[in-house]
Amino acid sequence: MGVENPLGENIITTSLDALVNWSRKSSIWPMTFGLACCAIEMMATGASHNDLDRFGIIFRASPRQSDCIIIAGTVTKKMLPVIKTVYEQMPEPKWVIAMGACACSGGIFDTYSVVQGIDEALPVDVYIPGCPPRPEALLFGLMKLQDKIMKDKNSFGSAIGLGERIASAA
Amino acid sequence: MAENNRAVLQLKEKYAASIIDVVEFRGEVTVTVRKDAIIDILSFLKQSLQYNLLTDLTAVDYMGKKEDRFMMVYLLYSISNKDRLRIKTSVSEADCHIPSATQVWRTANWLEREVFDLFGIVFDNHPDLRRILMTDDWEGHPLRKDYPLQGPDREPYKGRLS
Amino acid sequence: MATTETMTLNMGPQHPSTHGVLRLVLELDGEVITKITPHIGYLHRGVEKLSEHRTYHQILPLTDRLDYLAPMSNNLGYILAVEKLMAVEVPERAETIRVIMTELTRLESHLVWIACHALDIGAMTVFIYAFREREAIMETYELISGARMTSNFFRVGGLSQDVPDEFVRKVSDFIDSMPGYLDQYEGLLTTNPIWLKRTIGNGVISAEDAIDFGITGPALRGSGVDWDLRRDNSYSGYEKYQFKVPVGENCDTFDRYKVRLIEMREACKIVRQGLDRLKPGPVLADNPQVCYPPKENVYNSIEGLIHHFKIASEGFPAPEGEVYQGVEAPKGELGFYIVSDGGNKPQRLRIRPPSFVNLQAIEKMAKGAMIADLVAVIGTLDIVLGEIDR
Repeated sequence: MGVENPLGENIITTSLDALVNWSRKSSIWPMTFGLACCAIEMMATGASHNDLDRFGIIFRASPRQSDCIIIAGTVTKKMLPVIKTVYEQMPEPKWVIAMGACACSGGIFDTYSVVQGIDEALPVDVYIPGCPPRPEALLFGLMKLQDKIMKDKNSFGSAIGLGERIASAA
Repeated sequence: MAENNRAVLQLKEKYAASIIDVVEFRGEVTVTVRKDAIIDILSFLKQSLQYNLLTDLTAVDYMGKKEDRFMMVYLLYSISNKDRLRIKTSVSEADCHIPSATQVWRTANWLEREVFDLFGIVFDNHPDLRRILMTDDWEGHPLRKDYPLQGPDREPYKGRLS
Repeated sequence: MATTETMTLNMGPQHPSTHGVLRLVLELDGEVITKITPHIGYLHRGVEKLSEHRTYHQILPLTDRLDYLAPMSNNLGYILAVEKLMAVEVPERAETIRVIMTELTRLESHLVWIACHALDIGAMTVFIYAFREREAIMETYELISGARMTSNFFRVGGLSQDVPDEFVRKVSDFIDSMPGYLDQYEGLLTTNPIWLKRTIGNGVISAEDAIDFGITGPALRGSGVDWDLRRDNSYSGYEKYQFKVPVGENCDTFDRYKVRLIEMREACKIVRQGLDRLKPGPVLADNPQVCYPPKENVYNSIEGLIHHFKIASEGFPAPEGEVYQGVEAPKGELGFYIVSDGGNKPQRLRIRPPSFVNLQAIEKMAKGAMIADLVAVIGTLDIVLGEIDR
């Protein structure tokens, strides 16, 4: 045909968006944001036996180095301003995972001091139910987030300053 | 029996006028005393009767059930004798003050701050009386019986038992 | 003329080594801490208030989530308090399983402690190892209750159900291998020069100060006070078990580390004795006023179903009075103080949180130290914010 193939099978053709999305989903660095019981299951997921590192997921202690924030636990009214600050410190693009019943909806703590779900303040991408969710559930939630990242449009364009990134609805 | 408790015997001898009631329930002795003598009695129990550990300090709200709304509860433990004693004293809503026990035990500091925060009882001579669990600008005292469970700014959800 | 001034540094509530949402405001002279002001309450969920609106059976799931590293210890403290209030006798098999499970819980809590404490000081391997062993305990939890962490397994009067057949073999295997794992941790830490330099002489608090601050549990025993509620005010049949209570001498972080490690070995021995004592028998008291009926009755007879419905929806009325029950939780004395006005819900439920009281001594223990030493002090206090803030 018209196109020569001098490098043999060593070339993969893809769109720039897919390349950017693929690299983003393969190195989600979540913020270590342990609030309550779920944080222990988050630690268990990151430690031996479940080992998050194989997904390219490495916990960072600074919001400025993170792509994703896992709200792991009960959000209280006293804590909410801190969470907002931390979220604002994260660079774009950023994603939010609500881990556990408390972060999703307030859970069993329907009281004066508890925020009834973190989605009152932050745009949540993935909800993981459970009290606390098992490590497998957290892994599944993170894989769902990876699927979602792969569906993003104009990721490359927005990275070089052309237009906005268009996140998929689901 | 409560009358033979080592602390009750001593207290009845020394502070007979200040003791209102002595109750034993399920093997636990509770002594109710007058508010003005509370610090003297606590110091006496610590110095002379080896009740060296203040296990807990809290309050109970008896709104509408007792004449004096609040009841302060001091739970003492003696590490050398391995026994417990509960001292109670009532605090009225109109005169919502009580002397601080921080001079007797340093443990009392945070425990009293918590009671101040959640019940609104003021501790006189407390070194650092600030809210501890709620934010500084919080309005109301959540553990009072007239404070709604879901907070004053929210319509209670009526679909379940709460 | 150069002038100096102290610097104020905010640490937390989002910080990897404050073990949750603890916030400390430090005043620093160079790197030396001159003042520490802890700020807590970032996880205040209103458990005590919520309990006043729940029946006695419904409060149990809330206690799981207090000290979420040791859920069964919280369950035990609350259940024992209610049983004291209701004067319920518990069958022996249930008591034995409770002891086995609370000691496994102590192991679990201490495993997370050693993992985080070592990680904070810079020893990553122990974290990976300890979570490997913790996973085995989580599997036991799952085996008997269906949940990994929030087990909700105990009931007023006994247990929610009997343990499955493989329970004994599984726990027995784990307990046999645990001392070897503890040797591994000790091999990594006890003679490690970095560990020794970071812990010996750090966070010293004398026995008198510790008692004055109300410190309980391993932190108090590390300061040389020989006091353990399991032995001295025995509950749930602990008087039938043989175990040593380790005591430290130098009142520092290293001694508290040693105390907790010996406690883990003793916990293994208690579990072994418990397994040997385990005899077949009922696991729930025969007390229809208070206890749930057996599940086969609920599913097969109308009386059983009505009974279950009544207990689940209305609960049971408790006699007027007040009780306090303290248990030796992994962090210290965990107490439940219940005031009953004769109704089916408590007038007041007070939780005496060991971490809350222990944390108060942090200024005493870390004043004059460096910031890095403060991290070691937070680790050695073994705090859990769920319990501090409730």
